[in-house]
Amino acid sequence: MNKTPLHACHVAAGARMVEFAGWDMPVQYSGVVDEHRAVRENVGLFDVSHMGEVELTGAGAESVCCRLFANDAAKLAPGKAQYSLIPNDEGGVVDDIIVYRLAEERFLVCVNASNAAKDFEWIRDRSADECTVVDRSNEFALIAVQGPKAENLLGRLVPAATDLARFSCAEVMVSGHEAIIARTGYTGEDGFELFVEAARASQVWNELLEHGDPLGVRPIGLGARDTLRLEAALPLYGHELDDSISPFEVGLDWVVKLNRPQMTGYEALARAKKSPSRALIGLLVDKGIAREGCSVLASGIRIGVVTSGTHSPTLGRAVAIALVDRGAVTDDLAVDVRGKARPAKATDLPFYVRGGSTG
Amino acid sequence: MEIPSNLRYTKEHEWVRVDDGGTVTIGITDYAQKQLGDIVFVELPEVGDTLISKDEPFAFVESVKAVSDIFAPVTGTVKEVNDELPNSPEAMNEEPYGDGWLVIMELVHKHELDELLSAVDYEAYVNELA
Repeated sequence: MNKTPLHACHVAAGARMVEFAGWDMPVQYSGVVDEHRAVRENVGLFDVSHMGEVELTGAGAESVCCRLFANDAAKLAPGKAQYSLIPNDEGGVVDDIIVYRLAEERFLVCVNASNAAKDFEWIRDRSADECTVVDRSNEFALIAVQGPKAENLLGRLVPAATDLARFSCAEVMVSGHEAIIARTGYTGEDGFELFVEAARASQVWNELLEHGDPLGVRPIGLGARDTLRLEAALPLYGHELDDSISPFEVGLDWVVKLNRPQMTGYEALARAKKSPSRALIGLLVDKGIAREGCSVLASGIRIGVVTSGTHSPTLGRAVAIALVDRGAVTDDLAVDVRGKARPAKATDLPFYVRGGSTG
Repeated sequence: MEIPSNLRYTKEHEWVRVDDGGTVTIGITDYAQKQLGDIVFVELPEVGDTLISKDEPFAFVESVKAVSDIFAPVTGTVKEVNDELPNSPEAMNEEPYGDGWLVIMELVHKHELDELLSAVDYEAYVNELA
């Protein structure tokens, strides 16, 4: 298994380690619910160094981004970032990504750990030599600082953090070394993602823990990372997205800007936009957790499947996201949980919005 | 790792306390609650005369990451369940041998108690798992 530059820190902290996408990662330290609350109320640190980074540079970089990614990279000014998708030729999704425009001719693309190798090859093979494409995954460690006190904490190490707008990015100095800071995240809270040199990672991690102690900072594992993003209904590749799910079926219409016919899968995407056959709904289940793969039933008939499900610490109950046939939802919904049909109630997504809860 | 010496144990990480009057109280061990993580849901059986066989799954416990069946350590009927537990499943994490108890069963075959592990044997078993 691969180890991130912060692996020794997690082991020393007594984290429970699990294998994820070929990496030995911390799933929890003090407990999933405790860590989840720490992020919603204070600030948490996440080691997400297992994620990949692909850099596109040169005069042709923007054009390549406009062809290979669904959101409109031409709209990105230097110093801005956008959530995006890598579409395939059939209108499905290769991966969901964040594109950071560091300079006019320099784009950094952050990709899911489980797809890192696949994404790099996809981008490299389809760039048609129009720009330089480099896999920089091994150079970077990635630390996410998330929660209402994230700005307070990060500002102590990086003064520029306090003025950084949401979905902006900048090259900064952290403790005398180059880093990239972005105001992006995967928790539904305010927060930042810090790309640092691998060799600097544990120093920065420990400084954040030290400065954050009076703020209630906690290291956060993958268990709480999942409950946090699920409450905020942020998609997870392999669950709400895969190569056979259309972005128009999972509420990502806003990401796919169909203003560039040269975009991969343009025709398939345009067709799907007109008539998406499925939709994403939220489900509240009373007894037991409805997990991914459970069938969703309307009046006893299977209408779809749970894509992600867990216990929501904020709502204090089990929640699930499900992909179901459009128009098939009735008042008589149930989820098949290990052979038993458990009554469920449909609800709007997300389950949680910063500053209050919904659902 | 807490393993009270006055209890008996199973390899599925349940504990059994022999009460006066032919009943036993059952719960999950400290090892089990640590493995599960934060327990958020528990489904208990109903009180009644239905005979539950030893090793039959009769309850289940759910943490954020996993579901775990609880297996009857002995054959018997369910006399009482911990009604407070569904409202505060975290008691299983905080006091697995106290407020986190699951059910009280009326024992049918006394000899089944002899088949349970002593605290010493359970500790040895758990150490081997590590």
